[in-house]
Formats: sequence, structure tokens, C-alpha cells
Amino acid sequence: MKRMLTARNVFVAGLLILLVLVPLYAIVTDNLFPLTLYTRIVILALAATSLNLILGYGGMVSFGHAAYIGIGGYAVGILAHEGIYSGFLQWPLALFVSAVTALAIGSLSLRTRGVYFIMITLAFAQMLYYVAVSLDRYGADDGMTIYQRSEFDGIINLSNKISFYYLCFGLLLATIYLTWRIVNSRFGMVIQGSRSNDRRMRAIGFPTYRYRLVVFMIAGTICGLSGALLANQTDFISPAVMYWTRSGDLIVMVVLGGMGTPFGPVIGAVALLLLEEWLSGVTEYWQIILGPMLLLVVLFARGGIEGLLAGASRG
Amino acid sequence: MLLLVEQSLNGVQFGLLLFLIAAGLTLVFGIMDLVNLAHGSFYMLGAFFAATFAALTGSFLLGALLGLLATLVVGMALDLIAIRKLYGRDHLDHVLGTFGLILFFNEAVRLIWGAGGMNLPLPHWLNASVTILPGIQYPAYRIAVIVVALLVALFLYLLVMRTRVGMLIRAGASNREMVGALGINIKLLYTFVFGLGAALAGLGGLMQAPILTAQIGMGENILILAFVVIIIGGIGSIRGAFIASMLVGLLDTVGRAFLPDFFKLILSSAAASTAGPAVSSMLIYLLMATVLVVRPEGLFPAASK
Repeated sequence: MKRMLTARNVFVAGLLILLVLVPLYAIVTDNLFPLTLYTRIVILALAATSLNLILGYGGMVSFGHAAYIGIGGYAVGILAHEGIYSGFLQWPLALFVSAVTALAIGSLSLRTRGVYFIMITLAFAQMLYYVAVSLDRYGADDGMTIYQRSEFDGIINLSNKISFYYLCFGLLLATIYLTWRIVNSRFGMVIQGSRSNDRRMRAIGFPTYRYRLVVFMIAGTICGLSGALLANQTDFISPAVMYWTRSGDLIVMVVLGGMGTPFGPVIGAVALLLLEEWLSGVTEYWQIILGPMLLLVVLFARGGIEGLLAGASRG
Repeated sequence: MLLLVEQSLNGVQFGLLLFLIAAGLTLVFGIMDLVNLAHGSFYMLGAFFAATFAALTGSFLLGALLGLLATLVVGMALDLIAIRKLYGRDHLDHVLGTFGLILFFNEAVRLIWGAGGMNLPLPHWLNASVTILPGIQYPAYRIAVIVVALLVALFLYLLVMRTRVGMLIRAGASNREMVGALGINIKLLYTFVFGLGAALAGLGGLMQAPILTAQIGMGENILILAFVVIIIGGIGSIRGAFIASMLVGLLDTVGRAFLPDFFKLILSSAAASTAGPAVSSMLIYLLMATVLVVRPEGLFPAASK
């Protein structure tokens, strides 16, 4: 029987409780900044969780995942710009366009492997970035302000910071549950099998290309949702959210937290964004510290924070 | 006609510049199996070093030469300090580790040279126009860039195909362990190749610096174009990189120059002014997608892998 009270499980449970309590802290201290910061963390954790599905479980190193954040955000932003505020239209459109884009990118890039795959997903994402930059009507380089958040009449008011936070948090938990269900299903087993040995999976009769394409689409769709959330949180959308370094940030979150584990991306997102927040308070040139730290994580802490915790609970 | 000649030459020049970046990238990948995102940082460093040395010495050529040397030294030092430990790891580790290095280099440049960027002024003898065809003037500097890049391409060809070091490089690309087992100091070879790649990128950067200024992050956009080039050309193939970079350079430059006008012929002017820039910035990616559909391994796949 598995032990429940391992260091890792306690840590994850503590982190989740902390995340639940953030709005309470904001109310008590009458300081809304932590709430804004943590809403952003939760939204990016959602994006990282979707990347984990293909990167951690599927072994597909997509270096263009931030493109879907941009697509989801622009779906909300463009509709709002044209005077359509209903979330019932905006969000499904965000998901739909993300899914179609992921299908198109995936069907081309999954024909390749390894380093080709990394570079191709990067190149396609950068192409979408340039498309966003050329959208003169929608702010081009500078992006555009979204003057009204998505409307879900009678269900939830997104302008209320606390209910928006809990919406994001709920969606994050739902996504983690979904990921867990997917990877433990027969479908997910095929994906994981294809990560370990794709040739063998095909030899025993699985058309792995189709399986991988479907999971690639699911991941892109969920990431599009996080884009819709992010646009609502910042009331703003610009090409910068889909710049390729953002895709890099997402990979860092997944690997830093521990890839191929359900809560790893959440841990990674919290750790990376808090670290950034802290370092940027210490020095203006904080990336000069963060960069080498990433290199050190790669060299010495391969399993990420999850891996360290799992090691601690074994020892 | 005049514009077409001029834009084609610009395309050739841009293509050759891309080749300098892509050649280093593809060499490093072909031999060390290393994905180096920080390759664009050398492009940036080359530009900044050259601008600094040119300002110090007062000579453009001396500044360029010293800048090139400095980039070579930084490249080899980086290999000794950090990159060496990444060989043999999987590609995800390379991506993350070198992503960290990009952050480091960008911030280091901002710390040392400030956020404003630097100019590298041209000497008088390069800052002129020459008549290349009756009635067509073209900047002397751009011609100089084309000549230098072609010479470097020739040098690379001779180095890889006609020298002992080149033989080792080719042998290392097809079977690393065997070359090591035959008593070749493979680590030294790797450091040399990495430094060579860095110097090539640095040369590209310092040659671009007088046209655009030296700026933080200048290496990243060109890095992604270089990725597109080596995907089209086939990873690990220098010949493929050369042909693909010419294709990409020409298509991008000529597309940007003529596609918006072409759209104006077939679309309303409002639609054309939106579609023109969007589609011309997508052209090279469409080329990449097409190549992938037809030949997933690129036009000239390296034979061994």
C-alpha cells in the first residue's frame, strides 16, 4: 500500500491549501497585490499543466506552447474590440481556434521527431507571433486594451477579483484532474508508451501519430483557455504573451516543478514566478541570476522540485 | 526592374548572413548533437564587441577583427565552463540550459553596455555606393558583406572537406565514440567546433551592426530564422544550410518588397494593407511547412542519422 504522508504529498497539500487561502490573506491585509500575482500564477500553472500533458507524459518538447495563450487571448480581445462581450461566445471561440491551430501545427510537426520537433513548433509559434504583430486593427505591436471583461450573466462576475481567482483555481484543479484521468486511461497509456518507444508501439499495432495528434490538440485547447483567462485578468492582450521566451518560461515551469507528475507544473509555476518576483526586487538585473540558476537545475536537479521531494520521502 | 535587382541583392546578402548563423548551428548540432539556443547570443556579442573595439581603436577593420576574436574566446570559454557538461544529455536539457544562458547574456550585455544599444559607424571607403550595372547603384558595404560571407563559405567548405580537422569533424559527426577510441582528443575538437560556430555567428552580428544597430535581443529573431533554415536544409548539413539560407533570404526579402503590391492588384486596398505584411512575414514558414510535408528530414538530410 502506498503511504499517504510522504514529504511530497504533504508539500503538495500545503501548497494547495495556501493557494486556497490567498484571497483570504488579501482581504485581511487589505492588500490586493498578492491576489493579482497569484491569479497570474494560477493561470500560468494552468498553461504549464497543459504543456505537461504533451511534454511530461508524451515526450513531445513543444517550444511553441505560448502561441495558444496568445490565440485564446486574441479571441477574447478581438471579439471585445468588435463589441461582443459574451463569454459564452468568446471562450468557446478561444478554445475552438486553439484546437484548430493545434491540429494544423501538430499534424505537420508530429511528422518529425526530436530536435526537428522542437525547432518546428518554435518556428510556427514565432510565425503566429508575427501574424499578431501585423494585426494593425488590433493594436499590432502595442497590443490592445480590453475595456470589458467577458460577461457570464447570472453565473459569475469576472470583474470581482476574488471570484475570478477562484474560477481560475477551479479550472486549474479540473485540468489537473482531467490530465490525471487522461494519462491513466488506455489512451494515455498509448501516449506514454509512445514516449518510451514509439517504434515498438507502432509495431504492436497502435497508430501512434493519431494518438499523439489528439493529445497535442487537447493540450493546445486547454492552453487556449488559459489565454482567455490571462486576457481577462490583465484586461490587455499583446503579441508579447506569445513571444517565444514565454514558451521557454512554460517549459521551465514544467521541468522545474517536475515533469510527468500531476502537480509538478503547479509547483514549477509558483516557484518560478515567486523567484522572479523576489529576484526583481533584489536587483534590476535579475535575469543574470535566473539564467545560470536554470542551467544549474538542468545539470544537478534533473527531476525538478517534485523529484527532490520524492527523493526526500524515499530517504 | 531596378527594384528587383536591388531587392534580390539584399536577399542574397540577408541569405548569406543567415548562412553564417545557420552554419555554426548546424555544425554544432551535427557533431555534438547539441541544440544551442544561445547561438544567437554570439551574434549579439559579436556586434557589441566589434562596436566597442572599433570605438577604442578608431579603426573599423581592427575593431571587427578584435570583435571576432573576442567572440571566439567567449565561445570556447563557454564550452569549457558550461556547454561541455551538456553533451550527451537529452535535447530538453539543452533547450533549458541554453535558454538560461540567453537570459544571462542578454542581461550581461544590458549591464555592461546599457539598454540603448550601440552604433558601429562605417569608414568612408565602405560608406559609398558603387554602380554595379548601368543605372543601378548599390551600397559598397553590402557588396563587401556578400564577398566576405562567400569567402567564409568557401573557407568552411575547404576546412571541412579538405583538411585533417575537417576530416575529424566529419568523422565525429558520423561516429563520436569511434573517433574518440582512435585516440583523437574529442573534447578539444568539440571546444574548437563550438568556438568556430560562435565566431561565425559573431561575424554575422558584427557585419549586421553597421546596417542595424547592435541591440539586446538582436540574436533571437535571427536564431529562429536560422532554425527555419536548417530545418529546410536538413540538420547537420552545411551544403543544405547554404542552399536553404539563400532560399529563405531571397524569399523573405523579395516577398516583403513585392507581395503587398501584388495583393493590391487582386484585393481591395484595405484588405491588401492588412494581408500584405501578414502573409509576407509568413512566407518562409509556409516554405518550411511545404518542405516538411514533402521531405520531413529536410532537403539535404545528413546521411549518417
